[in-house]
Amino acid sequence: MRSSEMADEVTLYADGRSPFVCRVKIALNMKGIKYKNMEEDLQNKSGALLNYNPVHKKVPVLVHNGNPILESLVIVEYLDNVWERVPILPQDPYEKAAARFWAKFIDDKCIPALYKVFSSKGEEEQVITEACEQLQILEDELELKGKKFFGGDNINLVDIAADFIAYWLQLLEEATEMKLVTRSKFPKITEWAEGFVNCQVVKEMLPPRAIMLAYYKNRFGKI
Amino acid sequence: MDDDVILLDFWVSVFGQRVRIALAEKGVHYENREENPQNKTPLLLEMNPVHKKIPVLIHQGKPVCESNIIVQYIDEAWHDKSPSLLPSDPYLRAQARFWADFVDKKVYESAKKIWMTEGEEDQQVAKKELIEVLKVLEGQLGEKPYLVGESFGLADIALIPFSMWFHTLNEIGKMNIERECPKLAAWVNRCMERESVSKTLPRPHKFYEFILEMQKKKGH
Repeated sequence: MRSSEMADEVTLYADGRSPFVCRVKIALNMKGIKYKNMEEDLQNKSGALLNYNPVHKKVPVLVHNGNPILESLVIVEYLDNVWERVPILPQDPYEKAAARFWAKFIDDKCIPALYKVFSSKGEEEQVITEACEQLQILEDELELKGKKFFGGDNINLVDIAADFIAYWLQLLEEATEMKLVTRSKFPKITEWAEGFVNCQVVKEMLPPRAIMLAYYKNRFGKI
Repeated sequence: MDDDVILLDFWVSVFGQRVRIALAEKGVHYENREENPQNKTPLLLEMNPVHKKIPVLIHQGKPVCESNIIVQYIDEAWHDKSPSLLPSDPYLRAQARFWADFVDKKVYESAKKIWMTEGEEDQQVAKKELIEVLKVLEGQLGEKPYLVGESFGLADIALIPFSMWFHTLNEIGKMNIERECPKLAAWVNRCMERESVSKTLPRPHKFYEFILEMQKKKGH
């Protein structure tokens, strides 16, 4: 326990449905950090949120002893720096760089490509091909690593970054009746996803299926 | 640890320049290999199969990709060499990462639009967007010498190569970035006093020539 832990004030400005918020919650949970959850209505953002994140006006925002930290992956690294127990990033500089690379790949390439499939109603062949290409890269990486998780035997930054793929994607597919990640096409990703959502520290933080299904059905409808 | 450091780069790339600045700050000796984006070497394709892009730092045979990630790697791998490129305080560290990421997401895209868009109206929109982004960065700078904390680091390294674009943006966009953002202009001059920066960044007119050449090829 950190010497000043009793005095630590940790507040998370959140939206329980968001995979980006969930990344932070998983990290907080892994490290056993006590925090206050402030659920935001994104149609009516609180003055506090706008004050702490004037640049992007988004959740998650973590406020630690009055200091705001923004961007889910930046927050996760921050938590790892301050609370050293149950490390989320590897210690070795090369392994660390590799983990950051994959987390960035998931954020910059995978997730946008996947979203596009559903927001374009799966009508464009090119969009689907592009999304599958990114997934294949992840599939190959899992195959290469040959372990349960991107982090090896335990989840690390990359697994956490890919939470959308492990849980939300499946629900999006169910709501829109459009399947991208089949077991036959992406066996490694399928297996990894099952392992990830069953981790205790992850399971406890995922929003209920019913809520996400309802949200996605409302937003995207059947494709 | 200086042994066996190779950088795959392309002279005009702001991302490559970030890495060269970081290596120079740490005094790391390396072999610079110039890549031609139109004709990528097998080594580049092997070392960065996912993106097939420069910069790639190859250290003892192992590749590190993505410029901001490479800069952090350089800081960690050569942690025994000063200066530190990231603050030691976790909160300032988080700020450095946030702003380096902000530069990637906002500056690059809005700046590129200025020489890529056609039509007066679209260009005006692009100019406004860029100035807004630069003003946010000026806000972060405030009265400080550098973007985060008191020392030159990751966030400054992420942004400073774009200063080489200002002359081009001013010419093509018919704007005056230095006049609109004087604090940023002062910060640019401060950074340019560092040898790592002044020796790495190409002269602004060279970049302007490069862009004009590129536009000519596209038939502008």
